[in-house]
Amino acid sequence: MTPATRFAVAIAALPLVAGAVLPSPAAEIPLNERRSAYEDMSRDNKAMQDDDTSNPGILGVLDGEMLWSTPAGASGKSCADCHGDAKSSMKGVAARHPAFDPVSGRPLDLEQRINLSRQQDQKAPPFAAESKELLALTAYVAMQSRGEPVAPPDDPRLAPFIEIGRALFNARQGQLNLSCAQCHDDNWGKSLAGNVVPQAHPTGYPIYRLEWQSLGSLQRRLRNCMIGMRAEPYAYGALEYVDMELYLMWRARGMKMETPGVRP
Amino acid sequence: MMRLAATTVALLAAPATAQEALLPYEIVGDTIPKSLTGAPGDAERGRAVVVKRESTCLLCHSGPFPEQRFQGDLSPSLKGAGARWSEGELRLRLVDAARLNPATIMPSYYRIDGLTRVAQNYRGKPVLTAEQIEDVVAYLMTLKD
Ligand code: HEC
Ligand code: HEC
Ligand code: HEC
Repeated sequence: MTPATRFAVAIAALPLVAGAVLPSPAAEIPLNERRSAYEDMSRDNKAMQDDDTSNPGILGVLDGEMLWSTPAGASGKSCADCHGDAKSSMKGVAARHPAFDPVSGRPLDLEQRINLSRQQDQKAPPFAAESKELLALTAYVAMQSRGEPVAPPDDPRLAPFIEIGRALFNARQGQLNLSCAQCHDDNWGKSLAGNVVPQAHPTGYPIYRLEWQSLGSLQRRLRNCMIGMRAEPYAYGALEYVDMELYLMWRARGMKMETPGVRP
Repeated sequence: MMRLAATTVALLAAPATAQEALLPYEIVGDTIPKSLTGAPGDAERGRAVVVKRESTCLLCHSGPFPEQRFQGDLSPSLKGAGARWSEGELRLRLVDAARLNPATIMPSYYRIDGLTRVAQNYRGKPVLTAEQIEDVVAYLMTLKD
């Protein structure tokens, strides 16, 4: 087999991998033992996240608030012209994304949903992945869910995509042949060369990461972990990321949203 | 299952598609009794390999490395490894720990087959070279207590 066909076979076999082939599939974390990576942070970093005057993610949120009420595109309208006060219209929206989009027949994450409305309703070109604008608007919209429980839609059309996300999370990959689950389900709380391994709950995204010195999306975080595993990261916007995001949100169901999270 | 089968095949016939073919070796029980390179390793160089970041050992392990601030605790300390294991056992553990325990989190350091989605810059290369494996084995054998 060439590497390319072997990869294709591996992907085709993925849904099997999680259930049948892995010798001991990682056990999912019991619901009452779940904890945000916030809990493992230093007192200083916790204080930074807790106080809006010191949380550096808030600067992005404020940029997002500006964009929210700035007219753009052929519609000449701002987000606010159609959606009104985000505090009420966007409350809980981040907590239930990724959500099913009937047109593409797939889940869309919050960034994609914002870009869709921007193209379709505002009639403006989409923001680039990981652009300052998209992160700012996403952080602004997601902050309206702060304190709300993660609430994946009870939509049977999402079920197959949650399963793909779960299989990807449990599949070994990269030169180091690790799966996400081996660290985040089996070894959370332990020290990986001095870094506490978190449970990988997506409750704070977009986050302000001190190492990045900027806001970053959940996809950027997943990309970082894949690079650590010496696996080829997917391109931003890849279906695999959205399916993993969906699985992670499902796994974190009921936990409190904390956007904008601060992480070391 | 598939992966283990593939590993056995690779041992019988060195993989033809590999960019850098691995040196052949023979597994006897839980050991690889003979040096991969045919020569003994150098313990001092082996210690340097173990503490080097790119080798990844100290992500998971701790050991007698007072100068290293960041060590892991996902696995047993390397202290005393040379007393607990024979040279051949340590060599197989490093080459392909998954042979000993298919569910292990410890990577296989001298294996290029049966892997998925390896990043471009690492594709077709083992994590460590045969010389590095021998150096690390020689170093671990010095950890008697
Ligand atoms: C011309 C009016 C219009 C403009 C301008 C507009 N939207 Fe929308 N947006 C809509 C409509 C209509 C929907 C679909 C509502 C529905 O399905 O309930 C929508 C849906 C959304 C959703 C999904 C809401 C949900 O409950 O799931 C988000 C998020 C969103 N828009 C964000 C934005 C952002 C951010 C902007 C500015 C960049 C924006 N929209 C600009 C009309 C608009
Ligand atoms: C070798 C262990 C390891 C593997 C494998 C791994 N991660 Fe991580 N992950 C970490 C560590 C450690 C962190 C904490 C940040 C840091 O120190 O880099 C982290 C952080 C995260 C976070 C951020 C959590 C937060 O609160 O912000 C998410 C989400 C995540 N990982 C998902 C994944 C996914 C998905 C995969 C598989 C593609 C994966 N990880 C593979 C070790 C790992
Ligand atoms: C991702 C985590 C991880 C990494 C990286 C790793 N190991 Fe391990 N190692 C383990 C685990 C877990 C065990 C326990 C046995 C098992 O599960 O296979 C182990 C066991 C061992 C043992 C036997 C320990 C004993 O005495 O019982 C030795 C020796 C060892 N590793 C050496 C190394 C060396 C040398 C490196 C770097 C080249 C390394 N390991 C990298 C996880 C790791």
